[in-house]
Amino acid sequence: MTGSDQSSPKRSFQGLILTLHEFWAKQGCVILQPYDMEVGAGTFHPATTLRALGPKPWKAAYVQPSRRPTDGRYGENPNRLQHYYQYQVILKPNPPNLQELYLASLEAIGVDLALHDVRFVEDDWESPTLGAWGLGWECWCDGMEVSQFTYFQQVAGVECAPVAGELTYGLERLAMYVQGVERVYDLNFNGGEGDDKVTYGDVFLQAEQEFSAFNFEYADTDILFRHFADAENECKRLLEAGARADGRHGLAMPAYDQCIKASHAFNLLDARGVISVTERQSYILRVRELAKACGAAWLRTEGGGAAA
Amino acid sequence: MPDLLLELFSEEIPARMQRKAAQDLQSLVTNALVERGLLYEGAGAWATPRRIALHIAGLPAVGQDVREERKGPRVGAPDGAIQGFLKGAGLSSIDQAQVVSDPKKGEFYVAVIEKPGQPTLDVLAEVLPRIIQNFPWPKSMRWGAASAQPGAMRWVRPLHSIVATFGPETEEPQVVPFSVGGVTAGNETRGHRFMAKGAGFPGPIQVKRFDDYVAVLEKAKVILDTDRRKDIILAEARNLAFAQGLELVEDEGLLEEVAGLVEWPVVLMGAFEEEFLAIPPEVIRATIRANQKCFVLKKADGALANRFILVSNIVAPDRGAAIIAGNERVVRARLSDARHFWQTDQRPMPDYRERADTKHLKPLEQRLQKLIDSRSVFHEKLGTQGERVERLVELAGKIALAIGADGGLATRAARLAKADLTTEMVGEFPELQGLMGRYYAAAEGEDPRVAAALEDHYKPLGPSDRTPTAPVSVTVALADKLDTLAGFWAIDEKPTGSKDPYALRRAALGVIRLVLENDLRLPLVEICQEAEPEGAKRAAPRMPEEFAGRVVSSDAVSLLEFFHDRLKVFLRDQGYSHDLIDAVLSLGDQDDLLLVVRRVAALKQFLDTADGKSLLAGVKRAANILRIEEKKDGASYDAAADASLLQADEEKALFTALGAAREAAEAAVKREDYQGAMTALAALRGPVDAFFEAVTVNADDAALRANRLRLLAGIREATRAIADFSRIEG
Repeated sequence: MTGSDQSSPKRSFQGLILTLHEFWAKQGCVILQPYDMEVGAGTFHPATTLRALGPKPWKAAYVQPSRRPTDGRYGENPNRLQHYYQYQVILKPNPPNLQELYLASLEAIGVDLALHDVRFVEDDWESPTLGAWGLGWECWCDGMEVSQFTYFQQVAGVECAPVAGELTYGLERLAMYVQGVERVYDLNFNGGEGDDKVTYGDVFLQAEQEFSAFNFEYADTDILFRHFADAENECKRLLEAGARADGRHGLAMPAYDQCIKASHAFNLLDARGVISVTERQSYILRVRELAKACGAAWLRTEGGGAAA
Repeated sequence: MPDLLLELFSEEIPARMQRKAAQDLQSLVTNALVERGLLYEGAGAWATPRRIALHIAGLPAVGQDVREERKGPRVGAPDGAIQGFLKGAGLSSIDQAQVVSDPKKGEFYVAVIEKPGQPTLDVLAEVLPRIIQNFPWPKSMRWGAASAQPGAMRWVRPLHSIVATFGPETEEPQVVPFSVGGVTAGNETRGHRFMAKGAGFPGPIQVKRFDDYVAVLEKAKVILDTDRRKDIILAEARNLAFAQGLELVEDEGLLEEVAGLVEWPVVLMGAFEEEFLAIPPEVIRATIRANQKCFVLKKADGALANRFILVSNIVAPDRGAAIIAGNERVVRARLSDARHFWQTDQRPMPDYRERADTKHLKPLEQRLQKLIDSRSVFHEKLGTQGERVERLVELAGKIALAIGADGGLATRAARLAKADLTTEMVGEFPELQGLMGRYYAAAEGEDPRVAAALEDHYKPLGPSDRTPTAPVSVTVALADKLDTLAGFWAIDEKPTGSKDPYALRRAALGVIRLVLENDLRLPLVEICQEAEPEGAKRAAPRMPEEFAGRVVSSDAVSLLEFFHDRLKVFLRDQGYSHDLIDAVLSLGDQDDLLLVVRRVAALKQFLDTADGKSLLAGVKRAANILRIEEKKDGASYDAAADASLLQADEEKALFTALGAAREAAEAAVKREDYQGAMTALAALRGPVDAFFEAVTVNADDAALRANRLRLLAGIREATRAIADFSRIEG
């Protein structure tokens, strides 16, 4: 058994990631590492949210660990996880052959398009907290949603000009499909066999159990409410402090970090069930206001395309 | 005659938008051509996931020449007038105008402007890009590098190519020369995304006109016609089911959607474990339908089978084995989730099974408590769901009393009606609300009538939906709708025009159907007033109004008018013309819908008879005379006629008949015997006809005239026992 076999997407979870990295690197993407903050989806990474704004071309691919506290199932559900990986690709402007590229990436990870039924099923994407929306599809493989495909129209309340194409692969699901595994914890992580085999469960099962308990039972809601308020205030303070007399902004990215923090605190509060339906809407609006202000600040930076 | 072929080829168009888009394309293009005088013989439009296509047959190659004569100034008019005329008519010198002489006006100039017909190709090149640019997609988007520019092209998904050919069958057609959004029209299309290559079409496919277009697409594994794809799916699905001794559970909405997800339908059958059949069939169907867009199958005895039908888009070399296996895996996972919800919902909840005040509650009662505890809002001005439940309970008690339903069961059902909103299953499949309540309630031993009411209280949802008949169900169904209506009325959120965000028209129609189909006597104004939420009443005190001698809120009265409007729509659909309904409603104070309808029905039946028609004519004649004379005299003749002033036999006979008919009609109305009331009125026909035949109303003797007018008023009054005949047309 050779090392390259072990890193085949059919053999290992990490092989799937490596294959996608290789594929998208060939398309000219910068291969980034995950953002070092707790986020609910790959879209929150500033490499997507902020870089989708402004005129500058941008191509990036990265894995983003994503946390959805309410999806925790104490490790008992074969599919649902409160922490999972998204593989995120963003191409601005979207190339005309983005669908073909996507299909080629599926072939690269071992999906035979003559044998499997791949479909683009309407799914309009919207992120109320990010003030973002786009049109696109859920990509189905034999009836299973394996990716989201979105043409961003608006992010942080700002029209995308040009439009970016975003691909999000649900890595665990895709790996389960490619490896033919029914339970996420049974995924072969490293491609090893026998004693050398490390499963997804070996790596994450304990984390799922502990974090589910944390999310639903132990997270201190007073602290979380405080975190939310702190992050919101800090974000606003940075947005104000970073605005320069010449119209440029010097603290857009640190401000956005605080927006991410507020969003995650909200997600945890939501999981603890301490936010009522009406309050929920107002919290979402508060995060959106931060996201919009951060987006506006970003457009006043060099990365956002502001003239020097 | 030449044909147009137009195809707009894009990335995958949402299934739900395809048919409408094809229709829009056809009407927009044909209308634009007709507007320019270009008539055609026939047109058709089609859609697949990746294209909408239009064929217009029998267009003229060139539009008709237009000849216009424009009158100018008289010969010898001032130069300014001549110059203006030349400019307007597009002439360079007055020599080009003709001189016409007219006996009255003398000689004047006429310009003959001949516009040669424009070639249709040019018209198309002008019209098509505009239509494409302004296409009415429900949602559209920008894409690619061009989207950086303001005013960039929008389409439902990125538009990749356009076929636009025009020409007669015998010649090589021309490409309509235009570009839109960076796409230049041509004569190249593409086949199936995955199978065209294997079918011998690895690249773009050249097409000439509609016939070869359809044929070559089919060779390239694309069936253009949605209805044909639907037929194939349905036939194959039935065949596969039949082969297993099963029957397809047909689902037109799903069929239409699935046909919009494939260009080449391949129908396959999958299976799931028998043990999942322990889940309610509606749940299995909802799961498989909503998440997987697959059909379910039933056995000969009507029970669901552990099989499903999926529709794929490719012919796979393994005969679909991998596709089936993949779909089965997903269906299994979905059904596992559904079973998890089903089981969880029937167990006490973690937070509630230990709490002292909730541990004794049954699982569904705990869900109700959760609904109350969550303080989730029904509407910000109408309070929480919990408060609404309290209102429903109270109202159900009152309605039960009014319609003779079991009050204890009705209030129990009202209390539990919304409990399933917090179940996992309804969270996942909102369309199962009510139904899950019924299952869970039945499982925990609620009275079957209560369980049934939990499902039925949302009904009827539309004109074709079943109306509940069981008294407990009817009670809670009425309470649910009347609370909604009275609440939104009280906060002034009434439907306007096409806007009815809270589906209040549907709720009112639901009330009407519940009342009529169950022969219910419901004092609506009173019940609506009872239903008005306390908070809303306090927030906005309303002016009281008079209704049938009682003082009620103006909202209850205005809501009654809304019911009347809905009733008119409902009865019109049943063949009752609006004037008959108006004739009854205008009597005032009509809040008993059942009686309104019975009156209207009796009236219609009566007016279909010769007696009825003749009497109507007599009453209208009497009313007309009265209107004119009362206006002239500035007096009213409503007082009873004086028997001592009667002279002619015919007026004496009418006087007697009126007294008898009125008494009989009113007595019949009191008995709610509207047929009887009509029969009583029918007796008036002869005397009324004879009266008009023989008696002069406007007699010279003023006292006699006044008395005869009072007699006419008596006719009007007698018929008002049943309806205001003057409102009836014809």
